[in-house]
Amino acid sequence: MILTVLVVFVGGTTWTVVHSFTKSKLLPKLNFVGLDQYERLWGTRRWLVSIENLAMYGALSLIFTLVIGFTLAALLDRKIRGEAVFRTIFLYPFALSFIVTGLAWQWILNPDLGVQQVVRDLGWTTFELNPLNNPETVMYGILVAGLWQGTGLIMVIMLAGLRGIDEDIWKAARVDGIGTTKTYVRIIIPMMRPVFVTALVLIASGIIKLYDLVVALTNGGPGLSSEVPAKYVINYMFRAQNLGQGFAASTMMLVSVAIILIPWAFLEFGGKKRG
Amino acid sequence: MADLNSDPQGPRPRRVFSRTNIMLYGTLIVVALYYLLPLYVMIATSLKGMPEIRLGNIFAPPVEVTFEPWVKAWSTACTGINCDGLSRGFWNSVQILVPSVILSIAIASINGYALARWRFKGSELFFSILIVGAFIPYQTMLYPLVIILREIGLMGSLWGLVLVHTIFGMPILTLLFRNYFAAIPEDLHKAARVDGAGFWGIYFRIMLPMSLPIFVVAMILQVTGIWNDFLFGVIYTKPDTYPMTVQLNNIVNSVQGIKEYNVNMAATLLTAAVPLLLYFVSGKLFVRGIAAGAVKG
Repeated sequence: MILTVLVVFVGGTTWTVVHSFTKSKLLPKLNFVGLDQYERLWGTRRWLVSIENLAMYGALSLIFTLVIGFTLAALLDRKIRGEAVFRTIFLYPFALSFIVTGLAWQWILNPDLGVQQVVRDLGWTTFELNPLNNPETVMYGILVAGLWQGTGLIMVIMLAGLRGIDEDIWKAARVDGIGTTKTYVRIIIPMMRPVFVTALVLIASGIIKLYDLVVALTNGGPGLSSEVPAKYVINYMFRAQNLGQGFAASTMMLVSVAIILIPWAFLEFGGKKRG
Repeated sequence: MADLNSDPQGPRPRRVFSRTNIMLYGTLIVVALYYLLPLYVMIATSLKGMPEIRLGNIFAPPVEVTFEPWVKAWSTACTGINCDGLSRGFWNSVQILVPSVILSIAIASINGYALARWRFKGSELFFSILIVGAFIPYQTMLYPLVIILREIGLMGSLWGLVLVHTIFGMPILTLLFRNYFAAIPEDLHKAARVDGAGFWGIYFRIMLPMSLPIFVVAMILQVTGIWNDFLFGVIYTKPDTYPMTVQLNNIVNSVQGIKEYNVNMAATLLTAAVPLLLYFVSGKLFVRGIAAGAVKG
């Protein structure tokens, strides 16, 4: 058991990183070429598009997920009736796979029979809502589906965080005459810093994985306009039979995860003993 | 994480029909409708005939309810040359799911127990590797696993995918079990040892009976994760052994033939049924499961 984990996690990752410095094509070989694969990678338009897409998707997804997740949690935390019902509704998309999410939204956004057509039938004949077939807007279409699927989880985490805040804080704020919004922004959110950090790590690691959703919604199209790094890796490893490129791209993914995680690990474990 | 069922801490709105209250419930209801919309559209579409879909409105409820798309999606929809519907993918997924869930939970719970209670040489290091392992992108381990599976002759088989799911489930499950077992009072463990119980005796007679909830949480986490997996399915299986998600994507996104949106939506709902059912049945435990599983890299 320990052996398996060591072999796969440590061995596998090391193996991939080592082979990213070779010119393996159809089969992995140890013919080293230094940083050639990386130079090629950063000179390939498809990779640059992928990175650009992921950066944009990532930034927007991060902001919207946090804002929507926190807002929903704050609304639910106001002693409302039927909280459990709302919670169940906001979270259910998270039980669905990205493939199911993608296919459902592909259908809703269908230009001939979906929302666009419904609005046009109502009389607004120039109405345009066809994000998935337009290279300029395709990532926004994917974002809408991604947010629908993922915001529920962040809401639950935020809600748990809000529940952890002492009621006396609210009483004190009211005594001092501080308004509700101001209390949230000035007092509650700063107190929930650890929850926000957890949410941030969750969202970020989810963003880097972005793959299935794109496959189901657009398969990278139109053209290359919705390609993402994870898809680039799979494509070069298993379709284009250019293993070296695939390894180099996946090593870049590993590096980006490290960039996100190392500061977090310092925040989380820095100073005190782990475990 | 605090319990979601403790009392809400936010300020209490004063009157029932105050403006704040109307705004509050209004917003929540609108948002809830938005979240429900895709599910409603899927269900409505799957119950319509194709002529009704072409002429009608995507949001309109079906006029003539037909279950034919469901039957077709289950038993005759085509992927490539196979025309036996999603049922093949469903049974593949079941055959993958059951052993993966049992194996991964059995191994991870013993692991977690060993790490929490029986320190061995290098156990700290092993634990750290597991945590880090949870965050490594799968992409860096995909190809080495292809080689391993090929070497042991499991590439493309259902058992190969079972092995993959078991390995990748390890970090998060071990973490889950270790933290849970570590919280069980150590005195219990000591008392059992004084009474002569060994490693397995303590595990089966003390730890197992005391940890039912965490086993349920682990199960929910694994069932949802494995059922919804697409990446591993697409890489480590071949058309005969495709799990349901992969087959679904092939059916819906195939370029040949006329698009039958009602069949597509029925197929999508069939694939979504297992995790959805689990979600609505398990409720609170599901939340705990996904909150733990969300850390999965």
